[in-house]
Amino acid sequence: MSRSLSQCVIKLHEEHHDLEDYQGGVPRWCNGCGDNAILAAMQRLCSEENLAPENTVFVSGIGCSSRLPHYMKTYGFHGIHGRAFPVAEGIKMARPDLNVFVSTGDGDCCSIGAAHWIHAIRYNMNITVVLHDNHVYGLTKKQASPTSPKGLKSNTTPYGATLEPMNPLTVSLGVQGASFIAQGVDWVPEVLYDIMKAAFKHRGFSFVRIIQRCPEFMPKAFDPWLHDPQRTMLLTHANGLQLSPSLSVAYRNQREHDPIDIDRAREIASLDDPIPVGILYQNPDAPCYEDLRHAGQLRSPEYIRAGLNRELDKYTVWPDDEAQAQRAA
Amino acid sequence: MNDTLTLTPPEAVARSPRPATPISEHIVEVISDSGEGAQRCGQSLAAIAARMGNGIWTTEIIPAEIQPPARSVAGASGIRIRMGSERVTNGGDQTDLVVAFNEQVLIGRVQAHELKPGATILLENMWHTHRDPAVVASYVKTVEALRKDGFKVYEAPLEERCRELVADPRKGKNMFVLGMLCNLYGLDAKLAREQIARIFGKKDDRVIKSNVALYEAGAAWGEANLDFKYRIPAQRSSQAQIVVNGNTAIALGVIASGMDICAMYPITPATSASHYLSEVFEKVGGLVHQAEDEIAACAFAIGASYAGKCAVTITSGPGYSLKQEAIGLAVMAEIPLVVVNVQRGGPSTGQPTKVEQGDLPAAVFGSHGDAPKVVIAPCSIEDCFYSVITARKIAETFGMVVVVLSDASLSTAQQPFPRPEFSEDWLAPPVDQTPVPPGAKPYDWDAVTGLSRRFQPGQPGGMHTLTGLAHDRASKVAYDPSINEEGLRMRSLKLAALQKTLKAPPVFGGDSGELLLVGWGSTMGAIEEAVTRLRAEGLGVSSMHLRFLQPMPSGIREILSRFKRVMTIEGNWSDKLEDELIDEDNRRYSALAMMLRSRFLVDIDCWSEARGQPIKPGDICRVARAKLESTQGRSQVDSTPSGGLTRSGR
Repeated sequence: MSRSLSQCVIKLHEEHHDLEDYQGGVPRWCNGCGDNAILAAMQRLCSEENLAPENTVFVSGIGCSSRLPHYMKTYGFHGIHGRAFPVAEGIKMARPDLNVFVSTGDGDCCSIGAAHWIHAIRYNMNITVVLHDNHVYGLTKKQASPTSPKGLKSNTTPYGATLEPMNPLTVSLGVQGASFIAQGVDWVPEVLYDIMKAAFKHRGFSFVRIIQRCPEFMPKAFDPWLHDPQRTMLLTHANGLQLSPSLSVAYRNQREHDPIDIDRAREIASLDDPIPVGILYQNPDAPCYEDLRHAGQLRSPEYIRAGLNRELDKYTVWPDDEAQAQRAA
Repeated sequence: MNDTLTLTPPEAVARSPRPATPISEHIVEVISDSGEGAQRCGQSLAAIAARMGNGIWTTEIIPAEIQPPARSVAGASGIRIRMGSERVTNGGDQTDLVVAFNEQVLIGRVQAHELKPGATILLENMWHTHRDPAVVASYVKTVEALRKDGFKVYEAPLEERCRELVADPRKGKNMFVLGMLCNLYGLDAKLAREQIARIFGKKDDRVIKSNVALYEAGAAWGEANLDFKYRIPAQRSSQAQIVVNGNTAIALGVIASGMDICAMYPITPATSASHYLSEVFEKVGGLVHQAEDEIAACAFAIGASYAGKCAVTITSGPGYSLKQEAIGLAVMAEIPLVVVNVQRGGPSTGQPTKVEQGDLPAAVFGSHGDAPKVVIAPCSIEDCFYSVITARKIAETFGMVVVVLSDASLSTAQQPFPRPEFSEDWLAPPVDQTPVPPGAKPYDWDAVTGLSRRFQPGQPGGMHTLTGLAHDRASKVAYDPSINEEGLRMRSLKLAALQKTLKAPPVFGGDSGELLLVGWGSTMGAIEEAVTRLRAEGLGVSSMHLRFLQPMPSGIREILSRFKRVMTIEGNWSDKLEDELIDEDNRRYSALAMMLRSRFLVDIDCWSEARGQPIKPGDICRVARAKLESTQGRSQVDSTPSGGLTRSGR
């Protein structure tokens, strides 16, 4: 595969990008929607990491979460419901040089796209994923999602959701090949940004579940957590997040957790109250699928010609004289 | 008698060759229980004949189950090889000579009328001395009945002779039979040994040696015990020829097209194309991604194409159905994509290993809403190779989805074709990374052709969000009804733009006449052979074969007008007029007939069968004759198969 020309050109000056270089259309999310916090963190991340907008792609499926690419000023791919992961994988495989992000929701990822989600973790391609988890379908106006709390009254569960909610963290941590699993909440934006930054810096499939409020359909769902900082448990570690002094004062429920410890990570992931926030698991050495498959190889026409002819040779019946010449050679 | 003869040593006299009967072609079948290697035997026989310069066409006989019960009538697994002096384009009608590993699988073939009356049968005789008296009785009774029906039955000690050479004769019989057949048809022993070395090339020398020994034992047994021999004169082509099956040709086409990525999910009968690609693609810098499901395979290919590397996904019917939504996305967002559908019987799981041309409507009309796609159908093994290159080029030039409709018949059939000479024109241009001029829009549709320049990630200034939602020229979501219609118009116009570049299909036979047969895909060889036979009988029959099903080239209307009657020949379902409830008002026509009727307003009839087997030239002849005899210009053709043998109650 031919590398982009821009990689070969010596840049005389590093281009600097401001926040507004990543700000696309005006978000059409509801006021107070947690998606806004995720978008803000994303734009800040791109700006602080100085990602070239032309080399950055945001891929999404369908749902409120999946509108996010429209509000970025990078390349965006707003595809079909549940299929953001395989699209993003195809992009990354074809062009490992691109920064690839996926923006998905609890319906898009955990329901219709669940098969792709499990396998995306397994492939461990270098993609950064934010799961906007508001526990409900918003775009289609209030239906229960796989992460809806048991008993939630919605348009499809008017007598209350009958099943226990799925826990995307424990599911992710159960997949062989998982390399980065974290959780953020929209009401602690500083930590949310730090987590997303760590996710982006991680080389591999970085999965960040973000618990976010839906003011329209789940207006009071997270009130108990908002009103009591003790019910948000921040995970800290020298290899994970370090908290600012002011944050440490506000959120006193903290726990030392080394992200390399997968057993402890699974235990923490199972907690729903207090809500754990931070990096649950990180394995920096997990191999990436695109590396294992040698993606991004240079291919010249001559290389392809030689390869094709080598294969054709296996199946060729030569005319007599040529066959003799062939054997002589 | 002269002195020379008296000087000849006695053993050489004993081995003096039987006179070989010259014939222009022969159809041979090797049939066995599943797993006894009949297909490998037949493929090798065909390859050797092809190397000698014979025309060949192979048709695999595949039971639906991986391991059907041994010795079952329905479990016949094997291969038909049609060998000729000239180029062979299809599997032909009935078999001249069969090698059967047991009498039960043979009964299946006889009952299906696959054997020519009086055909030669070489039958494994181990069942004659089997310890189960029921087996012995069945064997003896069958041999008697076959002889009574006029078949020439030779009983051959395959197992017995193989046991003298190898521990597991069941695994070695196929090479013994290969030797026998090579001897029968006078094929070159040196080429045969090379072929054996090739197929067992990955194993160690002992395996090759033991298989060569089996081959030689088979040839010696044939020489000593059979009183007949054939010779099909062969002429080595002056051009280098490639001998592969359709799926291998597709895989080679993927390499030649310059595509980097094939995303797939295993499905019969498409998988062997991906097997071969998996083996060799990485050696030329490409890769095969086995996705978690068919949808993911399609979406993965779309992602790669979007990022500037046009990709292919290879599947069959059920997988194609699953991909439909993603295909619609590629249509809407104008992402180039090549989808190969190696058709099998449908609907649902249908007949996984059997041929059918049932997916044309799904390919042309599939995906919800108006989703114009290009649909092409290879009609020979050579076409399988070139159709992928063409598909990639059209996909990228027009920003469209191109569906390549192959089928289970082409997938396993082998036929030689001239060795392709690689051209750089086959390849895609490098990924475009030049800056986008200020003000340019990602869907700056040309008002006439609907074409626009695609922006690829990495291009400075081209940033936009591609969307599956209806969108305007700037890729912004369309809330205005006129913007939605503009997008629909532009995506549709691209088909017209492509259509203007297509040449009218050639007519085979005469330029005008009584009857034009129209076909598409794998049936071309059989239809053209039927036309040749019918014209030799003095009948005014011609044929036209469509490679482009969507868009259809110009000139078809004019061709149709030159014939008194037109009828499609298709391997799919169409209602039969002899059914009580079926009439002109409710008859469901075959797919191509339906499309031609609606486009050209011509009363086009159709004849189709969906028996899971390639359509035979003899059946087409019978249908065409009946069509010509019918006075109303509408077919009264019955749908029972031809063949002289009665279905016996054995």
